Amino acid sequence: MNIVPVAIIVLVMVAFSQLSKRNILRLNVVAWMVIWWLAIYFALSYGINPPLPASIIGMFMFIVSLALAAYLTTSTDDMEAAKSAFVNFIINPRYALPLILVMIGLPVVSAYNVYSDMTQPPQPPLSTRTIHPPPPPSITFKGKTIDLIEDENPYRALKTDNPAEFAKHVENGRRVYFQNCVYCHGDNMAGRGIFAHGFDPIPANFRDPTTIAMLQETYLFWRIAKGGPGLPAEATPWLSAMPAWEKFLSEEEIWDVIIFMYEFTNQEPRAKEELH
Amino acid sequence: MKKKLPFYLIATVVVVLMLIALNHLWTNWDAARELSNALAEKDAAGAPMDDGGTLEYREFPVIGSRVLVWMIAELHLMFAAFVLAVPMFAVIIEFIGYYTGDKRYDDLAYEFTKLLSTSFSFTATLGAMLTFALIILYPRLMGYLVNIFSWTFLPYVLLFFAEAGFLYSYYYGWGKFSPKVHLALGIGLNIVGTGIMFIANAWLTFMNSPAGVTETGALISTWDAINNFTWMPINIHRLIANVAFGGSIAAAYGAFKFLGAKTDEERAHYDWMGYIGNFIAIIAFLPLPFAGYWLGKEIYAYSQTLGIVMMGGTFSWLFIIQAVLIGNLFLGANYYLWVSMERIEGAERYRKAIKWLLASITICFIVWATPHSLVASIEEARKMGGAHHPILGVLGVMSAKNTAVNVLILTTYLSFLLYRRGNKEATHPRASLLKNIQFGIFSVVTIFVIVLGVAGYFVDATTRIGFSVPQVLSVLFAMISIAAIDVFLFRNAKSKGEIKWGQIKARAQYALFFLAITFTWLMGLMGYVRAGLRQHYHVYGIMEDTSAHAFTPTLGFAAGVVSVTVLIFFALIAIVFWLSSLSTKKKWEPKDASDDVYGLAEEARS
Ligand code: HEC
Repeated sequence: MNIVPVAIIVLVMVAFSQLSKRNILRLNVVAWMVIWWLAIYFALSYGINPPLPASIIGMFMFIVSLALAAYLTTSTDDMEAAKSAFVNFIINPRYALPLILVMIGLPVVSAYNVYSDMTQPPQPPLSTRTIHPPPPPSITFKGKTIDLIEDENPYRALKTDNPAEFAKHVENGRRVYFQNCVYCHGDNMAGRGIFAHGFDPIPANFRDPTTIAMLQETYLFWRIAKGGPGLPAEATPWLSAMPAWEKFLSEEEIWDVIIFMYEFTNQEPRAKEELH
Repeated sequence: MKKKLPFYLIATVVVVLMLIALNHLWTNWDAARELSNALAEKDAAGAPMDDGGTLEYREFPVIGSRVLVWMIAELHLMFAAFVLAVPMFAVIIEFIGYYTGDKRYDDLAYEFTKLLSTSFSFTATLGAMLTFALIILYPRLMGYLVNIFSWTFLPYVLLFFAEAGFLYSYYYGWGKFSPKVHLALGIGLNIVGTGIMFIANAWLTFMNSPAGVTETGALISTWDAINNFTWMPINIHRLIANVAFGGSIAAAYGAFKFLGAKTDEERAHYDWMGYIGNFIAIIAFLPLPFAGYWLGKEIYAYSQTLGIVMMGGTFSWLFIIQAVLIGNLFLGANYYLWVSMERIEGAERYRKAIKWLLASITICFIVWATPHSLVASIEEARKMGGAHHPILGVLGVMSAKNTAVNVLILTTYLSFLLYRRGNKEATHPRASLLKNIQFGIFSVVTIFVIVLGVAGYFVDATTRIGFSVPQVLSVLFAMISIAAIDVFLFRNAKSKGEIKWGQIKARAQYALFFLAITFTWLMGLMGYVRAGLRQHYHVYGIMEDTSAHAFTPTLGFAAGVVSVTVLIFFALIAIVFWLSSLSTKKKWEPKDASDDVYGLAEEARS
């Protein structure tokens, strides 16, 4: 959150409401709608850090506009007031000057928009990248078939059955992680390793509840074994920099590092659902 | 002229939208056709001679087999949904009329039923078209399905026969039987209709989540094939959705008649009809998100891959559109109630509340529609550090969505409560205590729902999904207990004025149109998601689609096909409305009688 812009917006809103309460400034319902719209727009555009993408601001403002229009038209009085204010603005000679300004201003604003759009440096089209593409039903790993639907992490059961043995796997996973993964995924697994900033997309953040915590272990096995080169088409426009670890790690090492990732971040893998 | 203005405005908007949709479809169409032609040629090069026996596909000209079957299936489904839904609430309304002795309800039920007979023949015709299209264009698939579902076709046909019998005796027998017999006919109609839908659902859910067959697709048990993973969830989901959809179409019929009404009496009647239709639609709509979650969960349970295709892959963008449409439905439904409050004397008291209700709906709408991964330019994504925004990302997950939808439901319920109270003043000696209890329940439940939503971020996925159950139950508890208290609270209530039926503003009626169209579009879109999930399979994991149409179309193309289908549906529904209004039209008179400008003939007759 950016405190300063938000504070300014709130202050301005409070000032408006106080002024109109004391009858210093007479604001009709249309003016209030405009003020609210602008306040929300500025809050979304400047109040949030890092800034929101334009696409999402557009969607939010669409919803806000709908809501404001709904508000205005639920009351016939308000609607009539808005209508007569509008007509008054157009026909009352008192408003001749502002009217002329508006009539010049509108085309100027749209002309400026066209101009600034046309002079932008070329940009790649917006991408709707899919971060968790659907996995294939099975993969081959060093000649062995791993069934991504039915198989499970073979060492997971040790957690309850044989904690001492389980701890060894965790330790092995720790070794694998800090030898191979830490450079990108970071020492606290938040995806901010020393290399991370050179990549697009940046490495996954395993602390985020929407990465490993909502996936099953076989999914991770697939992602680690096949890496960026093994991504299906919908996860592109281009492949992520995640290496395909099947060339460097054994099956056991991969299952172990998966266990370590969950233990380290204090998360549980998505359970396999009971089939009825 | 002045009165017609909104009509012209809306007609223009509709035409422009249609043009945009068509244009959109057309530009995508060329690309899709080129691809499909290229693929078809490739197929043809290696295809065996057409001996009629082993033929796998035939091609439909111009729009292609897939789009043809898609559109016919969707139209068939929409009419079927309508035909199944109307009897459900017609019987309930008829029963209310019978129980209270209020003739108005009986008339209303009859008016709803009048819409049925034409729709029924449309449904059957479209069903026949669909069957022909499938048998001709997809012979291999149909051969397989017929083999799996062999004996189910017999009860289907028999039930269809029974449906016709019940439907026409219910309709033509209105007022001709004792009320109990007539109600029994209506109940029979519903049971048979539901049976038909359950059978058809078995066929199509089998294609999504096959069961009862070996890995290569050989039949083991037809019953297991019927009772597959998604069968019951789809049955329930469709049953509820049909009522919501049917209610919204019936409300649109009321609005249509209201706007064309000539007398105050008619206006009052159709205002009321629109209100009842909308009431039915909203009541049925409220549990729908939960039925949807159940269905989604079963799909996930059946196969993680399907689950991820649905929620994480290309299809997830359709869920964003769905969220926007559902947000619009909530907004539209509340809007209708708020505008209608202007015709209730005494409801001015509650005007102040609208602001807060609206704010709650807007915030929930925003949370509900926020995607998890955002569409961003490289520059923007760099600043966010990926496609997930650190703050907004929080709104993109299940916990936030569940909470938003529960609060949306509570807010809508509150709007409705205020609407009902509009002209009533409680005279109960403990009125203020009861009101406080209601308020207490409402606030506790709202806080509970939000707390669970926030807690969802700190637990693992399975527990989080489990949280949705207490959330839903508490909302249900709030709605039921508050309604129960209302009964006592407003017994012998003092009236602050009357509901001026017929004085509703036209814009509320346009809101009803909006709701009906949105429901229909939503149905088409989500139907596409369900069917499209199979991707390049006819029967998921078992029978691959080897035709030229096996690819998943672009979102724009799919939305275009759905939009055109919705437009065709409404064109057909307009015919249904027109036909059912013929019965109340004046008798035809010979031409020269209408030349009688002074109305002498009219006078002479009366
Ligand atoms: C060269 C940098 C790099 C290294 C080294 C690296 N990763 Fe990755 N990793 C990535 C990138 C980039 C992604 C893709 C993020 C995305 O798609 O948004 C990724 C994604 C993943 C994912 C998928 C997460 C998800 O939510 O789908 C897993 C699991 C993963 N990495 C595990 C590992 C493991 C285990 C290691 C060490 C054996 C490792 N990574 C090493 C860069 C790296």
